[in-house]
Amino acid sequence: MRACVKASGRRVWGLVYRHLSVYRRSWPRVVEMAYWPALQLLIWGFTAQFFARGHGAGGAMAGGALIAGVLLWEITLRGQLGVTFTFLEDIWSRNLGHVFVSPLRPAELIASLLIVSLFRTVFGLLPAFVIAYLLYAFNILVLGPALFLFLANLMVMGWWVALLIVSLLFRYGAGAEALAWTVAFGITPFACVFYPLSALPIWLQPVAIVLPPEHIFAGMRVALFAHSMAWSELAMAALLNGLWLLVASGVFAGQFRAARVRGALISIGE
Amino acid sequence: MDAITVKNLTKRYPGTLAVDDISFSVPQGAVVGLLGGNGAGKTTTISMLLGLLVPTDGTLIVLGHDMASDRFSALARMNFSSPYIALPQKLSVIENLRVYGHLYNVPRLGRRIGELAEQFNLTGLLGRLAGELSAGQKTRVALAKSLINRPDLLLLDEPTASLDPDTGDFVRTALEAYRRESGASILLASHNMAEVERLCDDVLVMKLGRIVDRGTPENLLARYGRDDMEQVFLDISRGTEVGV
Repeated sequence: MRACVKASGRRVWGLVYRHLSVYRRSWPRVVEMAYWPALQLLIWGFTAQFFARGHGAGGAMAGGALIAGVLLWEITLRGQLGVTFTFLEDIWSRNLGHVFVSPLRPAELIASLLIVSLFRTVFGLLPAFVIAYLLYAFNILVLGPALFLFLANLMVMGWWVALLIVSLLFRYGAGAEALAWTVAFGITPFACVFYPLSALPIWLQPVAIVLPPEHIFAGMRVALFAHSMAWSELAMAALLNGLWLLVASGVFAGQFRAARVRGALISIGE
Repeated sequence: MDAITVKNLTKRYPGTLAVDDISFSVPQGAVVGLLGGNGAGKTTTISMLLGLLVPTDGTLIVLGHDMASDRFSALARMNFSSPYIALPQKLSVIENLRVYGHLYNVPRLGRRIGELAEQFNLTGLLGRLAGELSAGQKTRVALAKSLINRPDLLLLDEPTASLDPDTGDFVRTALEAYRRESGASILLASHNMAEVERLCDDVLVMKLGRIVDRGTPENLLARYGRDDMEQVFLDISRGTEVGV
């Protein structure tokens, strides 16, 4: 049993090592990880500062919520891109054939993608957090220990969205590549990052309610404005994340199996 | 026990019968050639043996493991090489070998990489990016990768395609040496008839998804009254096969 776990860990490390080796020698890839989050923060940070100036304490709080929203939502976006981009790297390098004929289990493939995604997200967002502190005097740690619960939930959301996209890549091959860059951005209007649920039309609110970020960002606003924890919102977010993760894992397993039936694993890069 | 036992293997795609009810076995320690023109079903058969493709029907037992229910146990003891599937170009040779050493849980990996580097003249190339290598060098790296776990069964899809005669001979010599030292079985899909004659104990000839003939190279040459396998291959491709 212990030997099996060790072998499994080595297989996961093998793929993680494969991707980290590329980052180690490619500074453009490292810069790319941090570029977009930093740019987003600069744009929205100055916007928040502009509004805060003319609107007193209320404006400052709204500005803080805007910056916190940008930073936290980037975790989902980066988490998702971290998985799909890493998977696409293997498609682009036409290497998946070798990977899939090794003893690597699908669950180990997913584990390695998540670890690389975590690495990309942490290194991609650290500069943005530092910029928020230095330029806008916004310290993300004001959210308190609950911050880590928000972060974990947002990361998990990015991961299950990514699993659904990877499933589409199994189904439609590299032709579905564009979805890897756009799907999570498409969820943003329903994520209620910068506004409460009530800002959405009634008929769109059910879409937002079944997605975890509406609850996470509602909880974030309570933490920022009332300095208390909306545990029920966090619990709902965690429950929804669990359910969506189950759905995404099922879709992934189904599409992986279907790809083996259709022979798509051989031609996934074409 | 045979390294590979295939019974009534069929692969059907919508509108296409890629592999049509084939049965064969590869004895332990044997080198078996899989011949056939383009679209004969060789790559489909190899893909099913590797677990990349689920058969429509039939059974595949590889190294004693049923590929339908226990493919990972078999995959750990197999390996594969094909010039049509690349190794990551942005990784150095040693990084590529480390990646696959980890994937195959190779013990004392550093030492194993050293052995392979020496055997395949890769020592001076270990730090070079795979994408910077010549075709011959890439083939040597791919072959080193395919032997990293000392496989009991090696599946090779046209291992010497587009190589110069010298490199092709180097690869064939390395395969002969590995088979001699390890007693491994090899299933070799190739269009190079001289290679098949030199390496294979037994040959399966496929056409339109079926095995249309089989036998040792000597046996096939005698049966078709030809001097070399190239002529036998042409006879079979053009529809004058003697039959199984």
